[in-house]
Amino acid sequence: MGRALRLSVNNLSCERGGRRIFDGVSFTLQAGEALVITGRNGAGKSTLLELLAGRLTPAGGRILWEGAGERSLPECLHYVGHRDALKTALTAQENLDFARDFLGDPALSAAEALEAVGLAHAARLPVGYLSAGQRHRVALARLLVAHRPLWLLDEPTSALDAASQETLRGLLENHRSSGGMVAATTHSPLFLSEPKEIRIERAKNPPPGAGEGTERSEAGEGQ
Amino acid sequence: MIRSFRALLIRDLKLAARVGGSGVMGLIFFLMIVTLIPFALGPDLNLLSRIGPAILWIAALLATLIGLDRLFQADQEDGSLDILRLSPAPLELVVLAKVIAYWLTTGLPLAIATPLFGLLVALSPEGMLAMVATLLVGTPALTFIGAVGAALTASLRRGGLILAILVLPFMIPTLIFGVSAANAAVGGTVPFATPFLILIALSLISAVVGTVGAAAALRSGE
Repeated sequence: MGRALRLSVNNLSCERGGRRIFDGVSFTLQAGEALVITGRNGAGKSTLLELLAGRLTPAGGRILWEGAGERSLPECLHYVGHRDALKTALTAQENLDFARDFLGDPALSAAEALEAVGLAHAARLPVGYLSAGQRHRVALARLLVAHRPLWLLDEPTSALDAASQETLRGLLENHRSSGGMVAATTHSPLFLSEPKEIRIERAKNPPPGAGEGTERSEAGEGQ
Repeated sequence: MIRSFRALLIRDLKLAARVGGSGVMGLIFFLMIVTLIPFALGPDLNLLSRIGPAILWIAALLATLIGLDRLFQADQEDGSLDILRLSPAPLELVVLAKVIAYWLTTGLPLAIATPLFGLLVALSPEGMLAMVATLLVGTPALTFIGAVGAALTASLRRGGLILAILVLPFMIPTLIFGVSAANAAVGGTVPFATPFLILIALSLISAVVGTVGAAAALRSGE
């Protein structure tokens, strides 16, 4: 990766189920920077991360990923969402070993990564036996087993106690100081140093029943 | 790329072997169906051995189908599918690894266990051999066809039934040529090789179509 990495998002908009979730989202993110995404419940914070992760396709706007050569954006990022993507029948160690081999570009070993999130003692336990906070920490340990410049975190502090939140902050700052980028949605302050911030507002939809005949009962499921 | 493929293959094989995995279940289900038929038909050995290959093939088809709805759904539910999308390998390779792992834990044991189950329907020794051969080359077709349906129904809550309705019609050709190859081996006017080669062709075609189709379905899903 010779050139500097740069993620630029230009006037991005998203629609789900025929409803505009948000529009006009623009930001740029360069090596070492962090982006904190805030907004009300259902504003589309998670949706924005899913767009970046390539899970959803934008309704408009552009996502530009420069400086990574032939590697596409999804190959350069880690995504830790609400669902922890862990197999309950496998141990924490096995889950991380899989992620390390599967994602390519291995970094820390599974044992070292678990040590870093304070779960070295749980390495040989099936993930099904761990608590919500512990499982979330195993999912965060996945960030450390493979080198990927961009970390997308969906409410990374949820289910974490104060000490673990401090550990997470350390991991994020470490990642930034080694040239990585972080984009995180959050409701509670992350205490990162000099993060960029954007606030997602729900796009104005025409009032239900005004233009279309049927009223939609479900609110957007962006969260 | 090969690393990712191997890692996923090994993970799925491990999961199938663990508690709650589908490893042995398909085989037991297969045994159940094959055991039930003689009870329903009565102890007429001639009749049983005549329709034996058909019974075994239908049982194999159902046993393949029974765990198929979890192929991608389990990964969809716990979020693993989002990780699988971040792979340096193309999604087609991801699908291929999962389908091969599924076949190794359902189709292959079925084919190997067939001589044993053939006894229950009074198959002749050459009939058993033919059954093993036809199931060995025919069940991959069933799995690959089913994978497309599994990918299409991955995000549905009760996708199992829709999956069966979607893919069963496409499994008919495999069933026809599988049974006719097995029947040809125990007698009849058609040489064994003719339906057997068509069966191999069906498996090869569905390996390509199934892999590409399932990957496309996963991409467009959501």
